[in-house]
Amino acid sequence: MNELSHTRTNHLIDPSMHVWGWEIPVYLFLGGLVAGMMIIAGYFLFMGRHKEPKCSCFYLPIISTIVLSIGMFALFLDLEHKLYFWRLYTTFQLKSPMSWGAWILVLVYPALFANILIRPPEIISNKFRLIASLSEKINRMKNSTRLIGILNISLGVLLGVYTGILLSALGARPLWNTSILWMLFLISGLSAAAAFVHLIAKDVQEREMLAKADNTFLTVELIVIILLIVGALSSTQAHIDAINIILTGPFAASFWVFVVGLGIIIPLIFQVLAVQHKIIHTPVFPIMVIVGGLILRFIIVYAGQYSHWSHTVLGK
Amino acid sequence: MARLVMVIDTRKCVGCMDCVVACKTENNVPEGFNRDWITTEVLGKSPNLQMEIRSERCNHCDNPPCVYCCPTGASHIHDYGGVILVEHELCIGCKACLASCPYDARFIHPDGYADKCTFCIHRVEKGMNPACVDVCPTHCMYFGDIDDPESRVSKLISTRKYHTNIPEAGTKPQIYYLT
Repeated sequence: MNELSHTRTNHLIDPSMHVWGWEIPVYLFLGGLVAGMMIIAGYFLFMGRHKEPKCSCFYLPIISTIVLSIGMFALFLDLEHKLYFWRLYTTFQLKSPMSWGAWILVLVYPALFANILIRPPEIISNKFRLIASLSEKINRMKNSTRLIGILNISLGVLLGVYTGILLSALGARPLWNTSILWMLFLISGLSAAAAFVHLIAKDVQEREMLAKADNTFLTVELIVIILLIVGALSSTQAHIDAINIILTGPFAASFWVFVVGLGIIIPLIFQVLAVQHKIIHTPVFPIMVIVGGLILRFIIVYAGQYSHWSHTVLGK
Repeated sequence: MARLVMVIDTRKCVGCMDCVVACKTENNVPEGFNRDWITTEVLGKSPNLQMEIRSERCNHCDNPPCVYCCPTGASHIHDYGGVILVEHELCIGCKACLASCPYDARFIHPDGYADKCTFCIHRVEKGMNPACVDVCPTHCMYFGDIDDPESRVSKLISTRKYHTNIPEAGTKPQIYYLT
């Protein structure tokens, strides 16, 4: 027997840490989704697909702006000292991924706005002459769409990567403390975004293209999950205990069923059949991918807080 | 440069919680929260049992993840003694520092900012000991500058066996437990 007891009873800390509720996984998911949409829209611009009249790159930045703002509002709700949130923008802390994230978000909005300006919705350009004239100027500039495409891809990658690094930099939580987490969040963001664009795209050819892309993203995501598991299982006892929380422990059922099974493997199988024209495309599988991505963030955030280093001394 | 540390003799500590009460009184720690606490560890099978009682708190680490992860600079290393403090007016309550601490030493004060042990810096800067050290009835706690080879803490560390908590987390904790 090696029993540990302590007299501390701090709220959100004891008996096990749960400092971050629904707000953080929702933000991380929406941030990843926007990152994926920025990369997809940026890629379309870079490849010149904006010449297609039905290209989704025209409405993706508008949707991204709304979705990201909802995510940031969730983040704001999570703050315990809300009235001081502006303190994020009076400093830049080099070692803090959260500080990097706060400033990346400041850069993301202008990139999205620049993308909107390529062809702003008529309701907006008719009402605001300034936007219409800005749009004209941008379209007259040489290579402007390609540059805006590259800008959106770059900031999308930064946004997606930072959502993972935010957690992986916290060494006190062994489940998060893996350098592959950014890759998992980036690829999961891309697969959710591809599924979302597949759902809403008006162009049939585009829909097909995104279904194929999503199949690749889901396959890579599965590989990254396997690498994350192998990495943790071959690390310290704290990391082995941490990964077992999602492999066999309290989060195992939701992880295997909702993330791996219903969120990746089943939609992958059916979407592979759909792109081979053996079955028809349905909205069911993209929706399963999106929900799986959201549940993945919940499981990683909740199980990660639950993971910890051993506090025992005598048994060591 | 001074480096303030705490040395706690686990052979003398009886877990009376006087340190906990002294801290709450001295620092007006809100009801239901603790800046310091008692951990009791029991190892073995009866009748061959081993027990260690530890008075625990923020380890004022030399490699403090709570300072590094703070997005506003609210968590910082104090100029005097390397003590880790929180500037309440800069803290946004994002809770990254709570998640970054392997000792779970921090909590959110009901007023919204991250709070924890300050080594009673307001007393220390006046030349006094932290409240917990002064009230200990078994005199098992020592406080001082580990960079001064003549200090009591330096001498205890150089002559007695000790351990720190979770050194494998790489935070270089500065509370030493004599065994």
